[in-house]
Formats: sequence, structure tokens, C-alpha cells
Amino acid sequence: MIAIVDYGVGNLFSLKSSFAAIGVGAMVTNDPMVLCGADKIILPGVGAFEDAARKLRESGLDVVIKQLAADGKPLMGICLGMQMLFEKSFEYGEHEGLGLIKGAVKPIADVIPEDLKIPHIGWNALKFKGDSPLFSKIREGDCVYFVHSFYAADCEESVIATAEYGAELTAAVAKDNVYGCQFHPEKSGAVGLNILRAFAEL
Amino acid sequence: MITKRIIPCLDVRDGRVVKGVNFGGLQDVSSPVELAKFYSDNGADELVFYDITASSDGRKLFTEILTETAANVFIPLTVGGGINTVEDFDRVLKCGADKVSVNSGAIRNPELIREAARLYGDQCVVLSVDIKRVDGVFRVFAKGGRENTGMEAIEWIRRCVGMGAGEIVVNSIDTDGVKGGFDLEMLEAVCRVADVPVIASGGAGKIGDFITLFNTLPKVDAGLAASIFHFGEVKIPDLKAQMAKANIPTRL
Repeated sequence: MIAIVDYGVGNLFSLKSSFAAIGVGAMVTNDPMVLCGADKIILPGVGAFEDAARKLRESGLDVVIKQLAADGKPLMGICLGMQMLFEKSFEYGEHEGLGLIKGAVKPIADVIPEDLKIPHIGWNALKFKGDSPLFSKIREGDCVYFVHSFYAADCEESVIATAEYGAELTAAVAKDNVYGCQFHPEKSGAVGLNILRAFAEL
Repeated sequence: MITKRIIPCLDVRDGRVVKGVNFGGLQDVSSPVELAKFYSDNGADELVFYDITASSDGRKLFTEILTETAANVFIPLTVGGGINTVEDFDRVLKCGADKVSVNSGAIRNPELIREAARLYGDQCVVLSVDIKRVDGVFRVFAKGGRENTGMEAIEWIRRCVGMGAGEIVVNSIDTDGVKGGFDLEMLEAVCRVADVPVIASGGAGKIGDFITLFNTLPKVDAGLAASIFHFGEVKIPDLKAQMAKANIPTRL
């Protein structure tokens, strides 16, 4: 069973439906006991970093997630949930993240040409870095759906995929049992479902 | 490189997909859920569900259909029609919509854009504008294209982007239903002031119209159409193959 962490950020309906569509049991929960009992954990998130990080802290689930990740349980952050895995974010100020992966979240505007629109929104192709089990069921060049204005920086050793948008933006990361996708696999059609399937089979 | 999006639009009334020509003469096409799945399996990059129901019963049916669609279709869904308050945003987002499109609701209360953008983020707020030339000036029309608001369209778009609209759907009433191609002149004027994604709507009749759109106006991010997709006059896999052949960034 996969536990989707509910800490009051964003709509988890599509994520839950995606797992149902691929025949994988998934449960939306804020119960630490359920997280402990789950095979794997998904950390979702949309909206602003500061607000989400605060909600996660207030729920007390940040401590639980860090412990379970340290124990080796597979964890995948999605979109803002991926950004939360890092040490800190510079989205409107400086905020502390979970610190599970080395790096910091910074504005896309710092690295892309001025004439490109922000947010980076739409379908973009994945360029693989190395060989990750997360991508065992998809091919390099497959497109996934992005919506973000900030990106994970200073994390070269953890990057498993990038997307080209005037710069090579971090698209996915992995460190041991901790994974993260900047894009939305639950909104990326068959390719996205195959990434969730690969995660479920880890 | 981000790909150009192809977006079928499903007008839904009383639980069925309909499409008007020049906003009149509605014709029943198919089940919204089936059609949405069909498009998702056949290369659509995103779907727009437009609720043209007036009654509360119809509205309830619409949210049920939206929920069923979102449970089965895993590409971005934008929902519009009858969005007047942040509660309306909340209602459709809870049913699985990713973005919400405002039109008349924003004309009546422009602050809706600011409020929704603050609550859900700019990327969630799509401004849809029905535009028609009146004495050579682009004017904003309300109520499904029936009422001239007198507002100058380009200024209206600039103002809405400033308040947090994260994407603009430009629907040209002048070219809608005519199938003679997108309104390139109008779209170019919008692209000059909008630094957010611009979605072209109204006028597509054949594959070549999309190729012309993206080749002429590289700043346009997406092409939206309804009946030509619903009736199979343009098949999305063929369209995307032709786009790729013309070196337009395309998700195949």
C-alpha cells in the first residue's frame, strides 16, 4: 500500500485516481501510523513553499517522514513535494526544507533567458542523467507535464533527469530511497502512469 | 523545449457535449467522459470542460461528470463556465480540475482574479476572453459573446495578467465557427502584452491552420478547438504528426 501524505496542501484526487488506474492500492492519510505501515510514501504539494513547509511542520508529519526515509522506506516527492525534500528554498525569503537531499530551491528566473515565460508550464521532454529504476518503463525524450516557477539547484549528484527550458532544469532527483519529480506524473498521461508504476514496483 | 499544446474543448450541457457555431445552434455529440478518454488516448495535451448549464441540477450533473473524468483521464483539465466566486473555484478544483477559467465572472468582478490567484496560484487562473472587432477596435464581449462590454480587449488582458491571470484563452468571435483559420492579427496583439501562455481559440478548420498559427506566432502556446475534433475533421494524431514534420515542438 502506498500512503499519500495529506497535510492540507493541494488536491490529492488525481494522484489517488492515478494509482487506482494502475491497480496499486493507495491511501490519502495524515495518520503517522498509516505512514509507518505503508510500503511507500508519496509527498505531494502545490502552492507556496513557506506555507506548505509550515503546514507539514505543524502536522508533525515532517519528523515522521524524515525518520521513515532514514529507515529506508521509498519516498517520492511530487512538484512542491519534491522541492520540500531539499535543504532550503529561496521562494520569497529563505525557508527550511526536510533536508533529505542536498541542494536548494531557487527561482527559474535566475537561469533562463528573459523572453521565456514563467512559470515553466506545459509538456517538456525528459533528458536522463544516469540510469534510474524510476524510468525503467519510459524512454528518454518522453514528455511530462510541468508547472513551476522555482527549481532545484546545487544538487547535481542527485539529478536523474532534466528538462530543457532555456537552461537545464532539474526534472527529477534520487538519493538512495528518496525520489522526487518536479513534474506531475499524475497529469502526464501514460508516461506519468508508467513512472508511478515503476515507483510502486521499486 | 516546451511543446505546443493541442486542446480540445468540450462544451457540456445537461451532461452531454455540445458545440455551437458562432455561439448558436447546439448539437449533441457524445458522452463527455468517453470523449475525454478518447482525446487523452489520442494525443490531446490538455482538455477544457466548459459548463454551459444554467440550472443548479445541471451544475450538479456537471461536477459529477468532471469527477468521473478526472478519475479516468490523467492529463491537465481546465474547467470554465459559471465561475463567479472563489467558492466556484473550490468546487471544481475539488472535483479534479487543475485550472479554472474565468470569463464573465471576471468582467463582473475583476478582483476574483486577484483573490483566486492568491489562494490557488497564478497557474491555476485562466482568463478566457471573447473578443470581437467593433469599428476596428477589439472589444470584450460577455455572456457567451452576446453582449458588448465596451471594454478594449488588449487593455483588459493586460490588467488581468497584472492581477494574476496565469494563462489567456483568446477566443475570436469574428473567426469562431468560420473554419477559415485562427485570428492571427488579434492573437499577435495579445501576445505583445501578455507574458503568460496564450491559447488561440476560434477559427481552426484544418491541420494547416494550426501549422500557420505556430509558425506565424511562435509566442502562442496552444491551439484550442472543439467541433473539428469532435466530428473527426481534424484527427489529433495526424495534426501532431504534421506539426512535428513542420519542426514545431510537439509531444508525440
